[in-house]
Formats: sequence, structure tokens, C-alpha cells
Amino acid sequence: MPTTASPAQPFADVTASDSTLRRFLHGLPGVDAVGLEARAASLGTRSIKTTAKAYAIDLAISMVDLTTLEGADTPGKVRALGAKAAHPDPTDRTTPTTAAVCVYPDMVATAKEAVAGSGVKVASVATAFPAGRAALAVKLADVRDAVAAGADEIDMVIDRGAFLSGDYLKVHDEIVAVKEACGTSARLKVIFETGELSTYDNIRRASWLGMMAGADFIKTSTGKVAVNATPANTLLMLEAVRDFRAQTGVQVGVKPAGGIRTTKDAIKFLVLVNETAGEDWLDNHWFRFGASSLLNDLLMQRQKLATGRYSGPDYVTVD
Amino acid sequence: MSEKSEKIERLSVFKTYKLYVGGKFPRSESGRVYEVTDSKGNWLANAPQSSRKDARDAVVAARKAFGGWSGATAYNRGQVLYRVAEMLEGRREQFVREVADAEGLSKSKAAAVVDAAIDRWVWYAGWTDKIAQVVGGANPVAGPFFNLSSPEPTGVVAVLAPRESSFLGLVSVVAPVIATGNTAVVIASEEAPLPALSLGEVLATSDVPGGVVNVLSGRTAEIATPLAAHQDVNAIDLAGADEALAKELEIAAADNLKRVLRPQPVDYFGTPGTDRLTAFLETKTVWHPTGSLGASGSSY
Amino acid sequence: MASAFDYAPAPESRAVVDIAPSYGLFIDGEFTEAAAGKVFKTVSPSTEEVLSEVAQAGAEDVDRAVKAARKAFEKWSALPGSARAKYLFRIARIIQERSRELAVLETLDNGKPIKETRDADLPLVAAHFFYYAGWADKLGHAGFGTDPRPLGVAGQVIPWNFPLLMLAWKIAPALATGNTVVLKPAETTPLSALFFADICRQAGLPKGVVNILPGYGDAGAALVAHRDVNKVAFTGSTNVGKEIARTVAGTRKKLTLELGGKGANIVFDDAPIDQAVEGIVNGIFFNQGQVCCAGSRLLVQESIHDELLDSLKRRLSTLRLGDPLDKNTDIGAINSAEQLARITALAEQGEAEGAERWSPACELPGSGYWFAPTLFTNVTQAHTIARDEIFGPVLSVLTFRTPDEAVAKANNTAYGLSAGIWTEKGSRILAVAGKLRAGVVWSNTFNKFDPTSPFGGFKESGFGREGGRHGLEAYLDV
Repeated sequence: MPTTASPAQPFADVTASDSTLRRFLHGLPGVDAVGLEARAASLGTRSIKTTAKAYAIDLAISMVDLTTLEGADTPGKVRALGAKAAHPDPTDRTTPTTAAVCVYPDMVATAKEAVAGSGVKVASVATAFPAGRAALAVKLADVRDAVAAGADEIDMVIDRGAFLSGDYLKVHDEIVAVKEACGTSARLKVIFETGELSTYDNIRRASWLGMMAGADFIKTSTGKVAVNATPANTLLMLEAVRDFRAQTGVQVGVKPAGGIRTTKDAIKFLVLVNETAGEDWLDNHWFRFGASSLLNDLLMQRQKLATGRYSGPDYVTVD
Repeated sequence: MSEKSEKIERLSVFKTYKLYVGGKFPRSESGRVYEVTDSKGNWLANAPQSSRKDARDAVVAARKAFGGWSGATAYNRGQVLYRVAEMLEGRREQFVREVADAEGLSKSKAAAVVDAAIDRWVWYAGWTDKIAQVVGGANPVAGPFFNLSSPEPTGVVAVLAPRESSFLGLVSVVAPVIATGNTAVVIASEEAPLPALSLGEVLATSDVPGGVVNVLSGRTAEIATPLAAHQDVNAIDLAGADEALAKELEIAAADNLKRVLRPQPVDYFGTPGTDRLTAFLETKTVWHPTGSLGASGSSY
Repeated sequence: MASAFDYAPAPESRAVVDIAPSYGLFIDGEFTEAAAGKVFKTVSPSTEEVLSEVAQAGAEDVDRAVKAARKAFEKWSALPGSARAKYLFRIARIIQERSRELAVLETLDNGKPIKETRDADLPLVAAHFFYYAGWADKLGHAGFGTDPRPLGVAGQVIPWNFPLLMLAWKIAPALATGNTVVLKPAETTPLSALFFADICRQAGLPKGVVNILPGYGDAGAALVAHRDVNKVAFTGSTNVGKEIARTVAGTRKKLTLELGGKGANIVFDDAPIDQAVEGIVNGIFFNQGQVCCAGSRLLVQESIHDELLDSLKRRLSTLRLGDPLDKNTDIGAINSAEQLARITALAEQGEAEGAERWSPACELPGSGYWFAPTLFTNVTQAHTIARDEIFGPVLSVLTFRTPDEAVAKANNTAYGLSAGIWTEKGSRILAVAGKLRAGVVWSNTFNKFDPTSPFGGFKESGFGREGGRHGLEAYLDV
């Protein structure tokens, strides 16, 4: 009956009621903020050079969810984005494609067309992104709409209000419902909006909550608030997916989004992946960057490595 | 070499003195200036004559800077204050000239003033990470509690710089305010504002974050009155106020219970104590239970 | 550990430091040969390459240096505090300016990773001078009377594990308070102290205020015993510390000793576990465990023993051992062949006594002195590796059931330098800290140092405190 391994099963007892769920989440080990940030900063001092840098840049390009989430998005803009995702550097066809383009649901069909045949996936934000303030029925309709239009991946937002008021079961059940609406064709990324959850303890709880509810990916943020992906919150989520797999055998992906703009930043995140979750996650099936301007910096650095000269913004495409 | 060519004496470039607010150098919002003269009445420059709106802007800038500055490590603040001394040392000649003009001092006396002012920054640079060790500490309360008192900066401090000592006096009242993490709105000496305005230029290039020190020139009473009444100012140093003004400002300051440092005779050449540091510090005491190791009440 | 993401070598440039083929003693502002003409070689522990040949001080040189320091004392102690402050501020700034050079030098001579010298040793060295500079003209506020006086000539002997940092801990407070110094660096790491002599020159420090005597234990013994030394400060082994205590017995010399340790790192079942793992790693593998305050005994609550050990082993498998100059190296070389032999012998004894030994897969370089990160489980208080200071990357894991038992085991040692507590419960931290017989207790962190924070031991870990306001007392006549 279930077509994918259901991670929810081992936690049937935990998610049976509000109180069992709360007890479980509040029983997770605490996070010491100073220690966490120090560890993230320390991994940030890794020096990635030459061959390792070349590997990391190509890997990072292949992990980009090239994103446009603006009110002003048009089919033309989305088509251009799709072309860029499929051929990030028109002057060098050895450049990997990005993992996906990420758009609003009404742009999914256009995006699908634009990336057809390239292997680039189409991800769509849904569930009343970015605030998530809508009735469940509306959110599910949003998801079904995107899936019907051909979305390969759905990036949902959790109900932060419910989470912060302690209504964990509501958050959980909503994720389960969205996962169901994704059906078998779309992978589900669950966005916590870590900037709004505010504490690291909350981010750890949200991570487990999301994974127990069947998330294929856990994702930091929408990119629409003041604090988005940081090395520390991503490190914490990498610890969570690592521990979750150790406990259940189920591997879940991680996607930091927002605020990652430079190659240097991206490589720092890959170091976090490598030394926390491990090399099984060094693949765009398990790790993504939600970003837009990052790609061009990766491309300029890639050109620099290839030619020995520093590149400039005129030598990468603006789309 | 012996032939002296007849040359037209080079015409110097005058400097437009500006306020220093939020790390920028604005003119007064009011567009007013007033004439600044040396002790013999010769014109030196036109200084901005700040309005109450300039005072308001300066408070906004100081408040904005407070979080970062008070949150910086004491070590970092010490480094920054020391940097001010380094930068001043490099512009020593300029300040000697300005102080000599402003206060009618001989070159050598003005030099002594400037040297003392530079050293005063060094003195307070050393205090940033020591004052807590001198005025804070653990309190042996009679109970199973950890109890620790630590000083914290009070917030935005309005400073009426001394009228007579335009530079050494100024530094002596500003440095202790910011050493502990407060931010300052400083009213320069009314008659001799130029060294203070030039100090702004030094601060701007000394790693002092914008808004930590804001320098206003103009009529002391006009600027001080709104500051003393301002609800978002936490303290006021009345060093530059005469007796009547000081009383008036202290009354205004009572509205939100500003900490007030009254004017007092000070020998700015003497080694300062800690009074100007502690005047703008709050003491915070934290309690936390300690208890015993286990329910058995073990007294291992 | 082969990974798809294989970090390419990222060596820090050696060109930033210029090591001379030979160095003299630094006495009275001049570099000079040893009276007996002796020299010794200093090698890089990671390659065994000879870095330089250094003059070896003997008793006659000690006498000369103490005389120079005595002569300099008169003027130095008479300077206003603000002038001494300025010299120390200058030194702090020059250290900041030259910190990359000094970090590379220290890594070469000591074998510790550049990551540590760059991010820990050097920033702390500069900060220490900066901090004590500020005290020089504020001694009347320090709580030791209104006008506390210096002692005179300080004889200081420092170890090889943090060569420049230990120098800073010794020299900064001594000069701030108006003393002059004769300092003997360790025989395996003399270079950074000799570079410091050059920094004193750049700072314009008066001659004789700082004298540096590279040499062996005999020079240290002569310095400690010298009649005209007023103050002895020693950091090193407990055995030598006891010897020094006997030497100064019956004199008026003021003594501070910072000696060995066998720090307990106590992990309760409600600890922030990922950060605890980092703290354990930092506690015992920082500087290859060659740290007197290392958390060399892990006391873990039995209920989380297996879970914690799994996490710890997984984490140790990511440690990168190798070229200390590589910016990605976590574990560098052991400082000397002698130290390596001692660590090796104690580890073997641990095995012989029945403890279970584990190390991550880890390739050791062919030349130089290396020891893989090592864990011992099933260790009890009766094991030698739970009692003796190993001073290497070797962690002994013990268990406990209750806080009482944790404290009892933590205190069950002749040492008393450091301890760690990991729990999310604040009152437990304070209750346990209150019972621990240790000079420094870290809660939910480990191996943290700051110039404002006093450091030193209880019991056989020595006496006196270095750092902070408290650190002034050792150099004042109070």
C-alpha cells in the first residue's frame, strides 16, 4: 500500500496525541547556542583550495534551487530562469545544471516547459507561502494545483503560529496532509522559517516534527524574513537528519535558503554537510541551496579556476 | 638658494566645520551657524548652531548605536578607545593649533593639553574590561544561591562638555561615558567648539561605530534643554552648565529620572578616579539557586 | 578517511617568518652568546627538521641576566604607571601586527596546528598584554592597597605547550606591576620567546627589563635559586614544581606555581549532547592534549554512556591529523620524542591494565612525533590512566550514576586544576561547581581562556592565579 517507506510509523506512539508529541519534542537534547555557533564558526575556517574547490563549486551549482518568488514574476522571467538553470554558463557546457528552479504554483507549467529535457526539476512553494496563514483546505488546494501542473517538489511552510503556541500536533497533521497531497510524484520540503522560530531548541524540535511527519527535506526559511539560513541553524538541522537516519534508517534532505550569496558561503555549508551529516548528503538529492544570486558567483569562481583570471559580472548571464 | 623669489603667499583652504551625528557630518538642520573667534576676538570659523531637531536626531543615532556598542566585548571597546589615541597622536599638531587658538594658550601649553587628552583615551581604554572587576562581584548571600552583581551601561547619555577646557575637558567627560558601553550626545563648548568638531573627524576614522558619539555645537542652553527633557535619554552630565542652567536641567531630567552628574570643579590634568565611569553605570544583580547535589541532601 | 569531498592541502605560507640559523641569549637588550659557549638545536616536531641553533644558558648567564634585570628595575619601577602602560600597549599592538608571523613560527617550533596558533594562541597573547597594560596605571584600584609596590626581579620558567602564551601570562603582569624579568623558555620551544625579544626592541622597551634565557632545566634551577631573584613563577610539571618549592623554602621569594592536572569533564544525561561532544573533543584534543587543564577524564552518566560514546567516536573520525601548517589540520604533532615516549608508555599501560583502547582510522606521517587521538573505555579510578597526567591526546572514559558520585570521582585526584560540567540544569551546574576542588570550572564549555579571568589550581596543581585582577597579586608586595 505505501509506495515509499513511511517514516511516520516508528513514531506512531509519539504522534498519537498532543501530549505525547509535546513530551517527545521537549525531551530532545537541548542546544547550547554558544557551543553550536562556535562549532559552525570553527568549521567555517576550513580552507578549501584547488581540486577540492573545483569539486565543491560544481557540487554547489548542482545543488542550487534557482529561485524567483516575486509578485512581479512573469512567464518571461520564469522561462529565462529555466534556461539559466539548464545552461548556467552558456560559454562552458561542462557546467552542471542546477538542481531545480523554484517558483510560485501558477508558474509551474511555464517552468516545466522551460526546463523540459534538461533534468532540472521544478519546485513550487505552496501552502500560502510565505506566511502560511490560510485554511488547510486552501493550502492543500495550493499544493494539488502545483502538483497537477507538474511540480516535482513542493516547498511548504509550517504554521509557525501553531508551533509557537505549542500546537505541535496541528503542525504535524498539516505536514502529513500536505505530504499526502504531494502523492507519489512530488518530494516535500518543509520550511520552518527558523528566523521566526527564534530559538535553536525550537529549530531542533521543528526538525524532528517535520521528519516524523514525512518530510523529504527540511528547509530553513522562505528568504522573506530578516534572518534566513545561517551556518548555525543549518548545522543544527544537519545534526537532526543525521540522528534521524541513525534512529530510523530514513534519510532526509536539508535545504538552507536565503542569504547564501557567495561561493565562500556555499562552500562553508558544504563543509558543514561533509563533517556533520557526512558524504551521503553530498548530493543534490539530499542537499540544496535555495538561492538566486549565488549561482552567478559560483559561475564566476568556476571561470576563475578554469582560466586563472578573476571573472566579472559581465561574463555571466543576468537571468 | 640665496635668491628669494617674490611669490604670492599661498591662500589656505578653510575648513567648513560640521556636526558629527550617526557617523556622518551633517550641517545643522536649522541651517544656522555662529561665529567662533580666538581669545583675541579674531574670526576662526563659522560653527553650526544646532537646533532641538539636531538634538533629536543625535538621540536617535545614539539609541540606534547603543545595542551594538554596549553588546561589544569590553576588550573590543578597549581596542577602539586605544585606536582613538593612536589616531589623535597622528593629528597632534592640528589639535595643538586648535586648542591654542581656542583657549588662548601658548604652543607648549596647548601641546601639554593635547598630550594629556591623548593619554586620557589610553587611561579609559584600559578601564573597559576592568571596571566590572572593580565595582562588581559575587555576593555571599545567606542561602543556597549564586549571587553576582555586574555593572551595565545606563544607555544614552547627554554630555554638556566643559566650557573652559574645550579639548582635554571634553575628552575627560566623553571617554568614560563610552568606555563602559553607553552612547553619547555631546554638546561642545559653546565658545570653543572647534576641537570638539575636529574630534568627531578622528572618531569617525578610529573604529568607533557611528552614533556612539554625536557632537553638536551651538548654544548650550538651547540644545541642552530638549536633551534634558528627552524621554529616550537615560542620563546627563552637566559639566558644561552654569549653576542656574544646571538646576533647570536637573529639574527637567527628573521627568524620567535621568541619572544626573552635577557640575563640579575638576582639575582635568589630574589622574581621574572611577567616578565618571560609575556615574553612568547600573548595577545588575543576578540570583540563581545552587542547592545540593541530590534529594538525599548529600553534603559531600 | 576518503571522502568525495577531499580537502586539498591548504598550507599556510612559511615565507611569512624568517628564522635565523642561530640565536643568542637576550640579556640587557642585547643578543649574546652563552658564557660557556654552549648551543642546542631546536627542531620542528612535525618533520624533525632543525629550525635553528640556540645559545644555551648556564648559571653564569643566569647571574648576568639577573644583574641586568636588577639594574633595570630601579628605573622601570620608578616610571609612572602610565608610561609602563604605554610600553605594554605598544607590545600588544606589535604582537597583533606580527601575529601571522608568530603563529607560523609557533606552529613550526611547537608542532601545534596553525588553526590553533592563529585563532587561539596569538589573539590571547595580544589580549593579555593589552589587558595588563591597562592595569599598570590603575594598581591603586585593584584592591591591593592604594600604592602597591613591585617585588623586584622575577625569575620565570615556562613550558613548551603554549610557548608565547605562557610568556605573555608571565611577562605582562610582571611588567605592568613594575617588576623586571628573566624568563627561561622551554628547551624544545625557544624561538617565539626570542622573537618576543625583538618585539621588545621595536617597542623601545628599556634594556634589561626583559631578559630571555633559552636553556634546559639546569638554567631554570639556577634562575629559581638565584639569590637576587625576588619572585619565582613556574608553569610546568608537578614534580618540578615541588622541587622549586623546596628550593625557595626559607627565602623571601614569592612563589606561584601552575602545574599539572587530571581534569574531569562531567557529562550529565540532560546535557546539550552535540555541544558536549564538541567540548569533550576540545577538552582533550586541543593542542594534542598537551594542556595542563585538559579534560582528560570523561565522567559520563551511565544512562547515556553508549549513546555519547557513539557520537564521540563518530566525531573523532572526522578529526584531521597531519601537517600542522595546513589550515585544515585539527591535530598536530607531539612536541618532542620524549613526550611521545611518555604518552606511548602510559597508553600501553592503560591497555595492560585492562582498559579498552580505541582510535579512529588515522594515518600518521612518516617523520616527526605523532600520536593518534585515543579513547580508553572501561576505565576506573584505579587505572593509572585515570590518575597520572598523560599530557597527550588520550581520553579516559569513566561512568557515574549520581551527581554525588560524579563529584566524588572528579575530586579523587591529587590535582585540582580544571573541571567541566555539562547539563542544561543551572542549579546542578552551580551545586556541582560548588563541590569541585578545582581552580577553573567550565560549564557547558571547555578550555576557555581570557586575560580577565584568573586561572590556576587547587591542591597539587599549584598555587597562585594568573590572569585577571587576581593575577596582579603574584607580582605585588602585598
